[in-house]
Amino acid sequence: MNHHPIKITPPLTDADVEKLKVGDKVLITGVLYTARDAAHKRLIELLDKGEKLPFDVKGQLIYYVGPTPAKPGQVIGSAGPTTSGRMDVYTPRLLELGLKGTIGKGQRSQEVIDAMKKNKAVYLAAVGGAAALIAKTIKRAEIIVYEDLGPEAIRRLEVKDFPAIVVNDIYGSDLFKIGVEKYKK
Amino acid sequence: MRHISTSEITSKVKELCIRAACELGSDVVLALEGFRGKEESPLGKEVLDQIIENAQIALKEDAPMCQDTGIAVFFVEIGRNATIDGSLEDAINEGVRQGYAEGYLRKSVCHPLTRKNTEDNTPAIIHTNIVDGDKVKITIAPKGAGSENMSRLAMLKPSQGLPAIKDFVINTVKDAGGNPCPPIIVGIGIGGNFEKSAILAKESLLREVGSDNPDKELDALEKELLEKVNNLGIGPMGFGGRTTALAVHIKTAPCHIASLPVAVNVQCHAARHKEAII
Repeated sequence: MNHHPIKITPPLTDADVEKLKVGDKVLITGVLYTARDAAHKRLIELLDKGEKLPFDVKGQLIYYVGPTPAKPGQVIGSAGPTTSGRMDVYTPRLLELGLKGTIGKGQRSQEVIDAMKKNKAVYLAAVGGAAALIAKTIKRAEIIVYEDLGPEAIRRLEVKDFPAIVVNDIYGSDLFKIGVEKYKK
Repeated sequence: MRHISTSEITSKVKELCIRAACELGSDVVLALEGFRGKEESPLGKEVLDQIIENAQIALKEDAPMCQDTGIAVFFVEIGRNATIDGSLEDAINEGVRQGYAEGYLRKSVCHPLTRKNTEDNTPAIIHTNIVDGDKVKITIAPKGAGSENMSRLAMLKPSQGLPAIKDFVINTVKDAGGNPCPPIIVGIGIGGNFEKSAILAKESLLREVGSDNPDKELDALEKELLEKVNNLGIGPMGFGGRTTALAVHIKTAPCHIASLPVAVNVQCHAARHKEAII
């Protein structure tokens, strides 16, 4: 576990994710794509029909977030992570296409953990409920598709020093298991 | 009889929606700070620091502390000597509509099957009670899905008794892990029937964090369960640590001789509730 935050900028390569170890703090600068339940459902339906995704997931990070509406003059409203487990059913398909990581909160299924190991991808957690704080790291936001989904539309975010923690690395480690083992009595 | 207008209810509800989303109660902040001092995990301390800083930013900037501004849940106590000049339900829903629009709060309510968003965060969930007096007390407790989804209800056998209640509570928190955004507040309803136990659990979350249960035996049980829950080691956000819950709250009601209903309503650290008396 590294003690200083590791700075990363997507698109990420295998070499980039190989450096990330469970429990590491990371600061992300660059582009993140947002998607939650309804958007994931549509992405998978496109793949089922053999169609192209609205953005190339290769090397990218998907942030599971449904922000509050931006007030006038704001880039985005409050924007903390949502529970990742709801996306477990969709995630392995995207990892197969080269998605390098996902950002959310809460634990992932064994299938997703196995798929991350196989495809060299990581799962990062942001602090759930720290939505006003996280919003400050988001410098630009634009809806790229599915505007009809409102908070669930797919957005392209530009972030600076977005804080996250490595929960699952490419080596199969899980912070939720390690952390609980260490502190349970 | 005292006359209360629906427009006054709507305007209060609007204000409560916005204040609840942006102003975390001082009891919760105090508990977060207290547990921060005792937390052993370095990562856990950082998470608690971020949560406390986030609450300060939300308050200062009138920003929702969490993007999940919840489904709007209301507990309304109506004095028997008060009359309302129209539909209480319509007045509250109109307040929600206005509050969620003007406060730039997220509209998170949809049809359960088509998943089509209602676009204005209505309908609210409204629990009413008739009480003495001529006032109307409105409490809003907006609830996000992260913690609500981790809530559970069990119809235990009376022969299983207290040990099974404790196991059910602890296993519910354990299974929830990092999903409900720990540190959580564990609301427990024991007794009543199927739906009453769930409402008791939700009502228990309205009590001030850090306050004692007025019933001595329940107070001891709350403290025992809090220690056991924190010994699970889940910690802030589930990253491991000593702070899994800030409090355990219990409410009870008499139940059928053949039943022992237990409901656990998990509340995330954004434990939002505000009240107004008209």
